[in-house]
Amino acid sequence: MATIERRQVEKVFGEVHAVKPMDLTINSGEFVTLLGPSGCGKTTTLRMISGLESVTGGQIYLGDRHVTWLAPSERDIAFVFQFFALYPHMSAYENIAFPLKAEGESQAAIDQRVDEVVEMLQIRHLLGMRPGKLSGGDQQRIALARALVRRPEAFLMDEPLGALDADFRERMRAEIKRLHLDQEATTVYVTHDQIEAMAMADRIVVMSDAVVQQVGTPAEVYYDPSNLFVARFIGSPGMNLVSGNYRDGAVKLTEESSYNFPAEWQTLLATGLPDSGNVIVGFRPEAAQIKSEGQLVGEVYASELYGAYTMLHVMMAGGEEIVHIRSDRLGRHDIGATVRFDLDPEMVRFFDPTTEMAIRR
Amino acid sequence: MTNVILQQITKRFQTVTALKDVSFAIEDGEFFVLLGPTGAGKTTTLRVIAGLEHQDEGHVLFDDEVIDYVTPADRDIAFVFQQYSLYPTMTVYDNLAFPLRSPLRKTPEEEVRTRVTEAAEKLRISHLLERKTARLSGGEMQRVSIGRAIVREPRVFLMDEPLSNLDAKLRESLRVELQHLQKTQGSTTLFVTHDQVEALTMADRIAVLNEGKIVQLGSPDDIYDRPENMFVAELVGTPGINLLNSSKENGSLYVENSPVKLAVDYPTDKLPAQFVLGVRPEDVNPDPDGDFEGEVALIEPLGVETILHIRSGEQTILSTVSGITHWNIGDSVRFDIVQEHLHFFDKASQARIPVKRLLAEA
Repeated sequence: MATIERRQVEKVFGEVHAVKPMDLTINSGEFVTLLGPSGCGKTTTLRMISGLESVTGGQIYLGDRHVTWLAPSERDIAFVFQFFALYPHMSAYENIAFPLKAEGESQAAIDQRVDEVVEMLQIRHLLGMRPGKLSGGDQQRIALARALVRRPEAFLMDEPLGALDADFRERMRAEIKRLHLDQEATTVYVTHDQIEAMAMADRIVVMSDAVVQQVGTPAEVYYDPSNLFVARFIGSPGMNLVSGNYRDGAVKLTEESSYNFPAEWQTLLATGLPDSGNVIVGFRPEAAQIKSEGQLVGEVYASELYGAYTMLHVMMAGGEEIVHIRSDRLGRHDIGATVRFDLDPEMVRFFDPTTEMAIRR
Repeated sequence: MTNVILQQITKRFQTVTALKDVSFAIEDGEFFVLLGPTGAGKTTTLRVIAGLEHQDEGHVLFDDEVIDYVTPADRDIAFVFQQYSLYPTMTVYDNLAFPLRSPLRKTPEEEVRTRVTEAAEKLRISHLLERKTARLSGGEMQRVSIGRAIVREPRVFLMDEPLSNLDAKLRESLRVELQHLQKTQGSTTLFVTHDQVEALTMADRIAVLNEGKIVQLGSPDDIYDRPENMFVAELVGTPGINLLNSSKENGSLYVENSPVKLAVDYPTDKLPAQFVLGVRPEDVNPDPDGDFEGEVALIEPLGVETILHIRSGEQTILSTVSGITHWNIGDSVRFDIVQEHLHFFDKASQARIPVKRLLAEA
């Protein structure tokens, strides 16, 4: 398997800068997701790697081959789309064998290779069927098998689970990841679903407005988002972001709530903030703990049972901001109830309200 | 507001029976959710209540009064659909005012202004009032649709998958707004969805519908903690419940094809020799001193929690743990299973085997 390297690759459509110059190296055997809202440039990025879209500037390397101007078929890359493009008149077997036949492989070689992927995906019972007879999930399995059968240098997947229902998507998510662990194929996977990206990726490339916002492991983008966009986009619900003002050791969050940060944050707060003292305090829902003597106070706006836990939505007293607090299963409160809470200092993050960038220790 | 009662409703479309003997009562001010897969009969139920379909058998009552032959318009219902049907050339204000200005109601303009302003505040769309609806985002449009339903204070709200077309973030925030609005207004609401998260998070009570029948009716806690059958058990919860073929021998419970053996401290004499054991992933806890041994087969870090796929013998058992963990694939892992939360199902009928009753009888 090969590394994929992009050097200053960009794409302009007419007046639209769809992808601004971007460096990115995907290591051999790595699973990387391109994550972002629709229109952020993630699919265009993927299509440039595949050769389906030409680049406006920059170079693409596959291993040590310079492939920027090679046709898609010369790049040795397999593609899986959201919509399973299977041939309806062929059986599942014929669909899977098709890429090998097209390359003129011997029947024995084809049979052996098809047999391997069929075993891996456990789809032997489907081989004789036409795609029209198969469920959406099984069709997507056949599409995957067809991509795998060629042993390509790299896999590119564009929202392959987007058309499946939630329950099935979860199962296929695990299947694709397991397959990746078996094959160790370099994989670039496009999705707008942050849960999918977190669950599957070795590294996530978060994109917005044609620009890479952050590249990192799931833990890095979750715990240490580089800016407000990533903080909001990752997590469900996203990171709580509350505007405040720092003075004399405490951050005033609303007229009625101030928070005294422990010593380990004081240097950063005293030196890292803009002169105004304005700061955005970020914390994940699990970083807040309901406590009767908590420093912060608010009123329960809504309370949601998720099964294993309850998510409380709390309107900060004296403010307009709703913060999300993960509470345990029995931690229910009526709407309108007053609750006090504290923050786990280890899990608090700070952002500059003007630049929207993280202020780091 | 109003209570709504369905008495033994049956509805057929040619040869297909869409609803079979469906009965339930929505209390005054209740947030009632109909949950089920596509084709379960959810939308048909909603249309029968609205009067858009007429049932073949049974009765619909509002405030204990039979309204079988009352026209849809006279039932005084407000709808919110998946597709927002707003007037694109009108402003948000005029869209909200529209139901009040209809010839049937003829509300004085002053009252229209008061009600529209109030509704806009509740839905946090006051800043959009002068905007044309064609220029709104999907989430804003759905807020306006909900606003248009609440301005006229109907007897009942009927909502048919109103959040399905929105992206995940918007869905989350509107869920919170809807719950807050419903609770503070005390409006009687029937909400139809196929999304178990929406049902668990918003409902006072949930009716689970499958193939035209109610398979369970209860609070979100009932549905999650005491599913009546395997269908309901699998329908709610992400990741899904572990359903493990198991057997009983000498008072111990054995999970098939795995070393997992549970010596439960309650009587199991009413359990059949073979049954299905249900364990929610949050009840499978990695613990260095755990009773069972397995290997980490897959890790899915979601942020707030991580899903561990634990391979134990030939079985894969899902476990959820807090935060993003430091497990690696291939690690050996010891784990425990919380015995108080075990679920038992009959293999053939898939129905719940009530262990509490077993306990009471012991």
